[in-house]
Amino acid sequence: MLESISPLELNAIIANSPSIDQIGTLERIARIQARSIKGAAKLKGLRMALSMIDLTTLEGKDTPGKVRQLCYKAQHLHDQAADLPTVAAVCVYPTMVGVAKKALGNSGIKVASVSTAFPSGQAPFELKKLDTQYALDNGADEIDMVISRGRFLAGDYQFVYDEIAAIKALCGQARIKVIFETGELDSLDQVRRISDLAIAAGADFIKTSTGKIQPAATFPVVLTMLGAIKDHFDKTGQMIGMKPAGGISSSKLALQHLLMVKEVLGEAWLSNEWYRFGASSLANDLLMQYQKQQTGKYQSAAYFSID
Amino acid sequence: MSNSTWNLEPSLESAAQVQIKSQYELFIDGKWQAPLSNAYFDSVNPADESPLTKIAWANAADIDLAVSAARSAYDNSWSTMGGAARGKYLFRIARLMQEKAKELAVLETLDGGKPIRESRDIDIPLACNHFFYYAGWADKLQEAFAGQQISPLGVAAQIIPWNFPLLMLAWKVAPALACGNTVVLKPAETTSLTALKFAEICQEAGLPAGVVNIVTGYGDTGAALVAHPNVDKIAFTGSTAVGKQIQKACIGTSKKLTLELGGKSANIILEDAPIDQAVEGVINAIFFNQGHVCCAGSRLFVQESIADRVLEKLKFRLQSIYVGNPLDKNTDVGAVNSKKQLETIERYIQLGLEEGAEIYQPTCELPSSGYYCKPTLFMDVAQSARIVQEEIFGPVLTIQTFRTIEEVVQKANNSPYGLAAGIWTDKGARIFGVSQQLNAGVIWANTYNKFDPASPFGGYKESGFGREGGRHGLSAYLKFSN
Repeated sequence: MLESISPLELNAIIANSPSIDQIGTLERIARIQARSIKGAAKLKGLRMALSMIDLTTLEGKDTPGKVRQLCYKAQHLHDQAADLPTVAAVCVYPTMVGVAKKALGNSGIKVASVSTAFPSGQAPFELKKLDTQYALDNGADEIDMVISRGRFLAGDYQFVYDEIAAIKALCGQARIKVIFETGELDSLDQVRRISDLAIAAGADFIKTSTGKIQPAATFPVVLTMLGAIKDHFDKTGQMIGMKPAGGISSSKLALQHLLMVKEVLGEAWLSNEWYRFGASSLANDLLMQYQKQQTGKYQSAAYFSID
Repeated sequence: MSNSTWNLEPSLESAAQVQIKSQYELFIDGKWQAPLSNAYFDSVNPADESPLTKIAWANAADIDLAVSAARSAYDNSWSTMGGAARGKYLFRIARLMQEKAKELAVLETLDGGKPIRESRDIDIPLACNHFFYYAGWADKLQEAFAGQQISPLGVAAQIIPWNFPLLMLAWKVAPALACGNTVVLKPAETTSLTALKFAEICQEAGLPAGVVNIVTGYGDTGAALVAHPNVDKIAFTGSTAVGKQIQKACIGTSKKLTLELGGKSANIILEDAPIDQAVEGVINAIFFNQGHVCCAGSRLFVQESIADRVLEKLKFRLQSIYVGNPLDKNTDVGAVNSKKQLETIERYIQLGLEEGAEIYQPTCELPSSGYYCKPTLFMDVAQSARIVQEEIFGPVLTIQTFRTIEEVVQKANNSPYGLAAGIWTDKGARIFGVSQQLNAGVIWANTYNKFDPASPFGGYKESGFGREGGRHGLSAYLKFSN
């Protein structure tokens, strides 16, 4: 059903993927982290970050009840504060997609489903397709697939490309986020290479991690991925979304990531159409900081609901 | 949710935390002394042209007092007290500088226009580190030069520039004192304040009177210091033109001389370089400290196969450079140091246009008062253009392309200067291959403008002679006899 990429084209993608210097990458990040985000800029940044969250629960012990509660929170982040945005999406396992879809109704909040034998990706290709199809059949708006890291590290780029392209074809209108699990990749060069490969294979978003492996969304990894998105845009005019996931648990980190997006990609990416945070605990820290900016006082964590 | 624009708000470091006196005297023999010249000059904040203070303008008679004080301190205390004791004073000075780091950083920014991010994160910490580093050498000089008879030189006259005021003071004063010399230091007329603050630190550290003397003033003050017969050593950092005058003034004297002068350093990007990091390196190389850096990578050479891409990326990167109030923590490029320097830079930009080069500047807005210059790229420049040959000492980058390594090495070396160079490539062998052919005192690979007290710094050709920093920096302040 799907025409595979020719070895020549595949080789060109790999060969054109630039090397990444770790020291220079850290220097660029240091410049961004030295910036001071205060006042109205901070308030706006916190609101933006809230609107970009994929509120996530990915546990073996997830229950329909917990997912329904999470969906309520997604729509009512903190009703004590007026005029807050909602999060962008709720992210769950395929078996919980139906529950989330129903709970979110016509709120406009998307349901994202992890798939392809998340988090390890260690399953036969046919099962990965079934896994994805199940999520789609239950109404998933977005598919967060994992790549086969073993195949990628072994240099089987053809396999990785074909797998992404096949899932993408299955997804139709649903947007596909391709998870690299960068904590299992060896270098920034590898992160850049898989970014270029995934974008070529049809990724709508590229995503750092599952959240199950550390380190996850580190600044060097995210900057490297943003570089791939920028180069692709300059070459083709096509925007690709970015989703750092795992490890961004504080407002300060989230704001620095947003500033990095602004400086590296431009303001067009500062919307939940093109940028997401995969996080569970980030929301409450953002809310806490938001209330601090509004009232001048820090409130106790007890005033913010956990789910 | 759409987010039309997201701009950072000004985040100003408070200027209230520094006390600037209404008038400063000369620091001679451990005391503040009114100048015999009775003359003072005004110092302004280049960020908004507001007056900061009045500063004593030393004449030849004042210089004579300062040199006498230094000579007396050399004979009676400093040269005889032993390395360990000298080291103790230097460590004490370093610690006091560290304690006052914030104050020194704000002062440096107010006086000189450099962004607070740089004075806070680079200038002041490095200056402290130089004192710590040379404090450690003070009692190990014999180990540094095993088998040689060494002794201090005597009185060192030190003249420093306005681009890194306290850091250049540290580069000069720390090794001189560690080796047992006493000093008379003249800061640049536009940036005297941190040197005067340093004088207070010397007092607080209990440094014996006369070991460090600070004489402020213009070029005539410096000329009088150079000409003084009782000076044993002259160390100068500044323009090549003044360096040549100083060298002439030393002819026929026994004064030992080191000069750290101008540069027009080549920054070379080869086609296999990590391109995003190389672009960031270009930004650091030329826009650090408004381009007021003797070793600034002011001539960019890009291999032709990646030239378009590098240019595209550079232009995009320039859009996120914040130009403005140096006290704003988000500022990347602050104020040009003086009106005179701004005029020089603007003259060169005009010249570049007349020479037919293509110009690019970002669309940022500049503050309405103060001395500011937009980061500027000149493309399609000729090797023979004056903007390519002459040091501009501002945020102005010339960009040339090349095809072969042989060609770029020739062009890079085709300059009266030879201070620094940068190479960007993913291949280690190329780093060594190219750097061996470049006539430059400092060569950075896949980075730029990195400094460390342990690393010697200095130039070839008209960029000067002598090395500052590291063990090499000691020998500029020692007499060797076998």
